[in-house]
Amino acid sequence: MEITVRGLWTLIHGMGFGALYLLACSGALVELHRFTTSSPPSEATPGQERFLKVYLLGMVVLAWAAVLTGAYVIYPWYRAAPPPGTIGLSMFPQRLLMSSPTTIGWHSLGMEWKEHVAWLAPISITMVAFVFIRYGRDLKNHRQLRAAVLCFAVASFVAAGIAGFCGAMINKYAPVQGGHTIQLSQGEEK
Amino acid sequence: MNMSGSAATSNIPSLTNGSGTAAILAAGIGSFALAVLACAGDKSAAIKNSLIFYKPTGPLSGVTSTAIVIWLLTWGILEWRWRNRTVAVGRINAVALVLLGLSLLLTFPPVVDLF
Repeated sequence: MEITVRGLWTLIHGMGFGALYLLACSGALVELHRFTTSSPPSEATPGQERFLKVYLLGMVVLAWAAVLTGAYVIYPWYRAAPPPGTIGLSMFPQRLLMSSPTTIGWHSLGMEWKEHVAWLAPISITMVAFVFIRYGRDLKNHRQLRAAVLCFAVASFVAAGIAGFCGAMINKYAPVQGGHTIQLSQGEEK
Repeated sequence: MNMSGSAATSNIPSLTNGSGTAAILAAGIGSFALAVLACAGDKSAAIKNSLIFYKPTGPLSGVTSTAIVIWLLTWGILEWRWRNRTVAVGRINAVALVLLGLSLLLTFPPVVDLF
């Protein structure tokens, strides 16, 4: 069993940061809603408030890590141009997708959408975390701020979901591969 | 967090809404700037070339870096102006949410192709 360095980075970007962020989003939406609308006696404790602040900060780190590794580590490998005369395009995912009418849409729609919409996630969640850390439980007394924060949190979830879906499909049809091979385990013949 | 326990349990806000509103509007403006820059880069070769800050990543590097600078600058200025003020949050939130909605629309390639 082995994996290439580029494959490993794609895994870290998509499964490590992206998928974990999406999982965290659902929890954050429920907690933010519960935390900012609950009234006594179900009021959250200071410990729970502190936990949610740390949780949101963790999401901010995940979101920025996902877009930065995507744009500056993986995307250059994805969009690399093949030297003239290259026949096999497996090392050039963008050109591989564009070489067939059945897959070109995964670049012209999927990647073109993903590469921009994904950035709305970290911008939105950074704002959400800042507002929650600044206001805490007092947010429940600011109905309009609370509504906007929840809208931006939903938008962040949607943006990350679009990026995650497109990324998974693109990697299915034209995986980013190459670089050194890392041997994970030695297979045994049955 | 600078609020007392009693204020937290009452219905009277202990903080003004200016700081939160500044962050919300700045996020809307930053998102919209990103979408407009992406759209402009797609439509004009000159803009596209001017947005290549890091060659391996292409114009995406300039689109995102510029949008982040616009977002953080706007946020800093609004925070400085509104931090201790109570502002018309309803109207400002509406603007921020419209900008966010437009950003989601403008990053969708078939919508960009309409221009």
